[in-house]
Amino acid sequence: MPILHVAPELAVVLGSVGTLLTVIVLPRRFQKLGSVVLLVALGVAAAFTVFLQRTVEATLTFSGVWALDELTAWSRATILASTAAVAAMSPRWFATDPRHGEWYAMLGFTAAGSLLLAGAADLSELVVAMLLTAAGGYTLASYHRASSAAAEAGAKLYFLGALTNPLLFMGVVLLYGLVGDTGYRALAALDAALLDPTVFAASVALVAVGLFYELGAVPAHPWVPDVAEGSPVPAAAFMTVAPKVAALAATARFFAALHGDAPDWRPAVAIVAALTMTLGNLAALWQDDLRRLLGWSSVSQAGYGLLAVVAVESGHWALPSLILFMVAYAAANLTAFAVVAAFRGRTSLIDYRGLGRGHPWLGASLSLALLSLIGIPPLAGFAAKLTLFGAAMSAGYTWLAVVAVVNTAISAFYYFRVLGALYLAPQPEHAPRLGGASIPVALLGAAVVIALGLGAQPIWWSVAGAVVLP
Amino acid sequence: MLTLIWLLPLVGALALATTSRWTDAVARAVATAIAAVPLLLLVVVWIDFDPKGAVFQSVTDIPWIPAVGAGYRVGVDGVALPVAAVSALLFTVCAAYPTEFRGRARAYLAWMLFLEGVSLGLFLALDLLLFYVFFDLSLVGMYFLIAIWGHEDRHRAAYKFILYTLVGSLVMLLGILSLALASDPMTFDMRTLIREQPLMGAGAPASWTLFAIGLGLVIKTPLAPLHTWLPAAHVEAPAPASTILAGVLLKMGTYGLLRLAYAPMQDTFRAHAFILGALAVFSIVYGALVALGQSHIKRRIAYTSITHMGYTVLGLVVATSAEHASRAARETALVGATLEMVAHGLITGALFLVAGSLWRRTRTFEMDEHGGVSTRAPRLTSFAVAFAFASLGLPGFAGFIAEFQIFAGALAAHPWLAGLALVGVVITAALFLQWLQRVFFGEPPPRIASMSDLGRVELVALTVLLIATVLIGVAPAFVIDVIMSSARLYAGAS
Repeated sequence: MPILHVAPELAVVLGSVGTLLTVIVLPRRFQKLGSVVLLVALGVAAAFTVFLQRTVEATLTFSGVWALDELTAWSRATILASTAAVAAMSPRWFATDPRHGEWYAMLGFTAAGSLLLAGAADLSELVVAMLLTAAGGYTLASYHRASSAAAEAGAKLYFLGALTNPLLFMGVVLLYGLVGDTGYRALAALDAALLDPTVFAASVALVAVGLFYELGAVPAHPWVPDVAEGSPVPAAAFMTVAPKVAALAATARFFAALHGDAPDWRPAVAIVAALTMTLGNLAALWQDDLRRLLGWSSVSQAGYGLLAVVAVESGHWALPSLILFMVAYAAANLTAFAVVAAFRGRTSLIDYRGLGRGHPWLGASLSLALLSLIGIPPLAGFAAKLTLFGAAMSAGYTWLAVVAVVNTAISAFYYFRVLGALYLAPQPEHAPRLGGASIPVALLGAAVVIALGLGAQPIWWSVAGAVVLP
Repeated sequence: MLTLIWLLPLVGALALATTSRWTDAVARAVATAIAAVPLLLLVVVWIDFDPKGAVFQSVTDIPWIPAVGAGYRVGVDGVALPVAAVSALLFTVCAAYPTEFRGRARAYLAWMLFLEGVSLGLFLALDLLLFYVFFDLSLVGMYFLIAIWGHEDRHRAAYKFILYTLVGSLVMLLGILSLALASDPMTFDMRTLIREQPLMGAGAPASWTLFAIGLGLVIKTPLAPLHTWLPAAHVEAPAPASTILAGVLLKMGTYGLLRLAYAPMQDTFRAHAFILGALAVFSIVYGALVALGQSHIKRRIAYTSITHMGYTVLGLVVATSAEHASRAARETALVGATLEMVAHGLITGALFLVAGSLWRRTRTFEMDEHGGVSTRAPRLTSFAVAFAFASLGLPGFAGFIAEFQIFAGALAAHPWLAGLALVGVVITAALFLQWLQRVFFGEPPPRIASMSDLGRVELVALTVLLIATVLIGVAPAFVIDVIMSSARLYAGAS
């Protein structure tokens, strides 16, 4: 029955509604129970995800608007796990906010939007998914209503969204006009030679800009560092992971539907990838604020992810590299933000001096996350970078791999600045910590970073030979 | 067996890092004991090694990502075995050698053992990816040793070290990928790549691949003008870390040139070997001249490292240049180059330990603030004299055998380069004699009046290194036999 094919999404939507209804009737001191309801829904969704991945062949379902393939399965798993991690560390973070129950509902709706984004195989569904993700994101980013930093982050996110979402709609409308259909299957079957090349290129570019907004890639990236710095730390952790992972999957799927031949979009995406990673890295170089640094690092990571998009049609490296990158990036970034949350959101790099020595487990977690983001073996990030470089090279984009390598070297500079702050202080320092789940989440995340690096093989195997639908 | 050799120190490192019960002295004893186990295991492997048998022996091969031909593959050949053995010896000595712990003894020893594990893993790896993994991890280990336990300007030096060598290693990764992508079916197995020579006759792509792999390794070696990270790292590192840096980490560069750059791309390597040879000779002369101008003891030794690595690379170039040299000359050069890796590790490693011992007593590395040390510390002086002479190539020590064979081979293949390189030998002799004279002889300034002589541990450690140096210097046959078993691979068949 096709309705089962979207069971994870349904579970999250219904769970979010359930969360909202629950927290409306709960007294203030029990608002945190909203996280429990949401976590149950996420668990159900995860179980459906595994079940579908095991039992259903890759297919386009719901009259072709929904792609059920390896990419969807892994995006679902990543988004659900990230959302669960954020939901788990939220109760203590929002403990002083007496009516924060709605937070969990908004988190769930935004996660549902991300899930839709990752699986959408139809332009109009893409629009719906983008709107849901963006609208939820504004709320999450500015959830601390009294904080001007959070308000600024939310405003930036909103204005950029208000600019790029209409561009996306315009692109979708133009494409519909050209093709006469909104489905990716029709797009893939298209003979591009019959179309007006200028209008076609323009419409593709407009859709791409809309996708790059949620991905945090140039030119729609400026919200990322602000959200990372100013939003509540759980929101920063969520927004720099779940929607970005979803948008990366959506970008890969959209471009896979276009085919590379006419017009060849790959050079343009390659240039965007190069600009994104370079800009992110250069901006992160001299940041004295750890959260802003992580934000810019997240921009640069989006650039690496686009390497897999460039290669999406060529060779057996592309899909494994895309999936390895998604899971590795999500694990490392969540771990880093969980450590920040555990240290009660302190931002200035100077305030982290000596904390690695005073809190060896949290310090080790943050270090592992950063080393993984650099791509130091045998951590998850290494498997991701290795396969990304391999994908780019086997697609004939060696120059892009070279740019990525140069950027990786540059990025080591600022990641090691953080490591230096953690460990090179003369005395161990101690800091007050946030109780609750943030410390276990950080430790678990670090363990996942190691496990994904050592166990890249099963992931590779499970997706080797699969294709990106349509 | 080989797996145990690199895994054991890593487990030991973890144990040291997580336990908190041991005192510093106990921790050091434990660390030294753990560090010594790989050495014993390598001796066993050495005894098992059949010089007339297969090129690669004691091989373990477990698939990891078969789809791209990546696997866990370890094994030894006649070059890897001596280099790994001397590394294990150096790590044992360095774990025991006294140094400033800055109140973090267990962390220091844990990083030392970590570094031992990944270094030995690198020399034993038969898979390009595995090699790269260990190569990168060695950078991380050395970064922390320099950054936490180094001297005044340690943060900057550690930073420079990690960034510089990380750039090299990342460029090398591109080269590795390009090499593996050229093989069909794709594999990272060094043995297959060596057998199949996937880039033979590929023209420009082959040259670029060699350039990428070579660049990373030349930075690591280092050859001038890509050496600028080395003096800073050596000067700021604690003495045992300097020893490891010189004796083990630099070898990764030259060893890699042989195993990663030459072996799987023999044609391409030969076509460009002369450039590498010229760089080597430039490094020999440049390193020696700059060393002569240094008044900082460690910086002076550091620059002689560049000279010695130049000899090694020159030997490699000769060993691989089939069109210029007879088979005998090439084999001689290969033996010389491998022996030079071993000898330089022992001798320069020991010199850095001597420098460290001096610093612990005088708190300065400036030559001008020393003088007449022989009157206060005769035993320290004896070791300094012995190793200085060994380093400048006195017969009877390992360095002589190595350099003699390199020059013998080079004269046959590239007489011009050999002639120029001889200049380096002369300058090296001058700079060590001047160093001995200014630091150890003459009038002692007040600073060293109360200086003590070597302690028990230092004495034993340096004696062990001296015995090894002399043993190879007088009776090198047992090493040469092993190295020759790899001659048919590295010194070519024709």
